[in-house]
Amino acid sequence: MPTTTIAGRQIDVDAEGFLTKPEQWDEELAQTLAANIGITLTDAHWVPIHFLRKDFETQKETATLRRVSTVGGIPVKDLFALFPGKPAKKMSYIAGLQKPKGCV
Amino acid sequence: MTDMIVPSFDDATSTGRKLAIICSKGNLDMAYPGLILANAALGEGIEVHLFFTFWGFDMINKETMGKLKFSYLGNTAMHMPGHFGMSMPQGMAGLPGMTAVTTKMMKKQIADLDVPEVPEFLDLLHGSGAKMWACRMSADMMHLEKEHLYEGVEDIISATDFIELTDGAQLLFI
Repeated sequence: MPTTTIAGRQIDVDAEGFLTKPEQWDEELAQTLAANIGITLTDAHWVPIHFLRKDFETQKETATLRRVSTVGGIPVKDLFALFPGKPAKKMSYIAGLQKPKGCV
Repeated sequence: MTDMIVPSFDDATSTGRKLAIICSKGNLDMAYPGLILANAALGEGIEVHLFFTFWGFDMINKETMGKLKFSYLGNTAMHMPGHFGMSMPQGMAGLPGMTAVTTKMMKKQIADLDVPEVPEFLDLLHGSGAKMWACRMSADMMHLEKEHLYEGVEDIISATDFIELTDGAQLLFI
């Protein structure tokens, strides 16, 4: 697995660039990850990102878009507005997690 | 120092990828392929259009969308859960009450995977920006108007209209 330098730190990532070690993540890093994909984080962005991190602690896998919506209580429509195009992948990238594996 | 590795999230709309799904079946098991693929495509930023026609109307008819059924009559692949290769006797599928039993079984298996029922799935697709269209001829045959259909349905349109608005799209017929 490659490593890459993000915000002056050595970070382990997969071939696509998703973090492979969630423990290397912190909120400061998230700012840089978001900037990498053209997103400026606002309070509204942090709600799903914090949900993903918290959910990962117990589930050990990245929540799907539907789970962020039904369990995290954020409407899918809002997630598409906050993270345009590919919300599930963009959110998990910024949250320092692998992209979700579930189909739905 | 290596270059920073950043995932490419190129918007599919910039590449013009578009998916058209024609849903023509009203059985519970045949409703899901279209819904799941639509959801996957939307998550990839792909423009998705669903066209509900003939029996597929049951997926968007408010009266029926939550009550789709599953029967294995004519489906020789049906086996008891976990017993691959042991087909269920076809004759049994025709017994009174059997469709209710198999429907309940399938609904439970779907729910166990945390996959929503059809009406909630339509909400998910609608919230994700899917465009849903109802077939004019089917509506006329069944004497249904837009108010009888799921709220997220854009309009009742002709087959020609659908072909026009899905110009250049990849197409799935289910």
